[in-house]
Amino acid sequence: MNSQPPAASTETSYGEAIRAGFVHLLSSHREVFAIGQGLWSPWYVGNSMTDLDKLFGKARVIDTPVSELACTGAAVGAALCGYRPIVIHPRMDFMVLAADQIINQAAKWHHMLGGQAIAPVTIRAIINRGGEQGAQHSQALHAWFAHIPGLRVVMPSSVADARDLLVASVLCDDPVLYIDDRWLYERKAVLPAVSERPLAAEGPRVVRSGTDITLVGAGYSSWLCEQAAEILAAEGLDAEVIDVRVLNPFDPAVILASVSRTGRLCVVDGGWRNAGWAGEVIASVAEALDPRQLKSSPRRITLPNAPAPTSRMLEADYYIDAGHVAAAARTMLAARETAS
Amino acid sequence: MSHRHWQSELAGLADPAQYTAPLVIEAAQGTRLMGLLRSMLVIRHTEDQIGQLVVAGLARTPCHLGIGQEAVAVGVATQLRTTDRVFGNHRSHAHFLALGGTPTSLIAEVLGKASGTSRGMGGSMHLFGREFGFHGSVPIVGATIPIATGAALAAKLDGGDSVAVAFFGDGATEEGVFHESMNLAAVHDLPVLFVCENNLFSSHLDIELRQPSDRISRYAEAHRVRSLTVDGNDLLAVEAAANALITGIRQGAGPALLEAVTYRFRGHVGPNEDIDVGVHRRMADVSAWKRRCPIKRLSEGLLAAGIVSGDELAALEREVVAKITDAVTLARRADYPDPSALHDLVYACRP
Repeated sequence: MNSQPPAASTETSYGEAIRAGFVHLLSSHREVFAIGQGLWSPWYVGNSMTDLDKLFGKARVIDTPVSELACTGAAVGAALCGYRPIVIHPRMDFMVLAADQIINQAAKWHHMLGGQAIAPVTIRAIINRGGEQGAQHSQALHAWFAHIPGLRVVMPSSVADARDLLVASVLCDDPVLYIDDRWLYERKAVLPAVSERPLAAEGPRVVRSGTDITLVGAGYSSWLCEQAAEILAAEGLDAEVIDVRVLNPFDPAVILASVSRTGRLCVVDGGWRNAGWAGEVIASVAEALDPRQLKSSPRRITLPNAPAPTSRMLEADYYIDAGHVAAAARTMLAARETAS
Repeated sequence: MSHRHWQSELAGLADPAQYTAPLVIEAAQGTRLMGLLRSMLVIRHTEDQIGQLVVAGLARTPCHLGIGQEAVAVGVATQLRTTDRVFGNHRSHAHFLALGGTPTSLIAEVLGKASGTSRGMGGSMHLFGREFGFHGSVPIVGATIPIATGAALAAKLDGGDSVAVAFFGDGATEEGVFHESMNLAAVHDLPVLFVCENNLFSSHLDIELRQPSDRISRYAEAHRVRSLTVDGNDLLAVEAAANALITGIRQGAGPALLEAVTYRFRGHVGPNEDIDVGVHRRMADVSAWKRRCPIKRLSEGLLAAGIVSGDELAALEREVVAKITDAVTLARRADYPDPSALHDLVYACRP
């Protein structure tokens, strides 16, 4: 356990909040266990799982051979037999080796066996972009997996969600892909008491109210939207920010309501542009709203259609920052001034 | 090509001219073995009728028939309990029936009917029967091998002595996940039995064109997993090997591999004997293997031991055929799933 309970005003980091989710789950639910590579290592997954093996034992916090597919399949098998395993893939890139068990198996068994089998497995994938990690250690593949019916996909952005969406994912009877981002690990906030909420009731949420433009992000991109909204506020521009939180099944209602008020939509996505998540959000809005409700064309800010570079000089061009988001919003709002 | 010099390492088990004699049966086993013969006949005739439904155009889902391989499923099933967890593959009609599934629920599933064992949502390749220990079958080759390994991890966490079983073919041993799973099971001492039905073919391709040896148990040796290789067309040999391995697993000896050498009388998919995924098969091989038919050898053994007469055997077969004909009639009359199932079953949790 943490050495001492935090004082009421103490802030908790996102990484520590993930760990708090594990501690809650492993303490309160005996059918929960964690399995994956690096779980007995002090650094493999940042500060998000430190000493869990010492607290809960190596029988329930299982470090594994280098076998992503078999370990994910074993978690699916244990889930079919009454357990609620969490499989950890320290890089989302490595999880690609386990695609059969996630896409063909976990996501399908309930449907194809007539609702008689459930696979309540949580697959935790960590996006670890930047730091010259290159093309195979930094991918954000959420859009790929959000395409799969039967697989819930969540991307926590806030500190509280880092813990509470993990708890909700594990307690959900469906397979869930929980994606966290190392670039969020030092985000801090006061963490409220843990609450167990049904994941099926969770969805996109307005995290900052505004009237001029709707900024939409998921995971780290949502935090960028919040930072951009701060920049814009200093200039007298009032952005609303929506944190998507749950990418599949996707309920765009909150986004539709927001854009119908602001008339402007800018989607920020840490994934690629083509056939990507940002395109899905824009399509959902475009087909539901009367075009006359839009004051400008929707816009998406994404990674370029290129693998992640390694050299830091190229990384600086590759990744999105809050300044890019603010600049795009400014351009969209400037069109308003010109038109009026 | 190197396979010109290829020689079987299965000590005659891959040669259909050997192991053709009637089984030697003890009188005390007579009643029990008559029950197992009946089980094998039920599997044989259920699959035969499914083949006819394919020919008639009534069954469209890909049907992979295991006719000729019945002794493996029945022999292993005798060693299992309903609390054990068994997983199958694309060719799992026999596993489902041997463990206690009914022909009616299987045929209804093959026809896509709501009364099917997977409520008409799975078809031939997605079978389920948890109440008798059959936890699911899928056609992605090798996919249930790690899943059974995870079921064994669950059994280990549960405590107790239940086991997990994965049935797969020789083709699945060419998938990396087979080796990953054997390694994982060995490192963690998991109570899982890997059952390889080595029928010497994967789809249309002979094992000699796919592997440098036809002896699958060599992989178990590499992974430090106990193994036995047996004549898969000898019910008693399969039972004895399964008993030895499963007893060890229940006592905590860790995973094991059972290699049962057998042969399917039909092609990879569908009812044809002479065509296998578009490639003509050597009918001389099929005919030779039919002389090693597991049902024939058990029947002849029961006759030789004086446990049953020829007339009684004929009556038994007629009774089984009639029962399965009735099952087909019932399944054909059953309803299709309600269209709401398409959407309602995607997620188990609803808001």
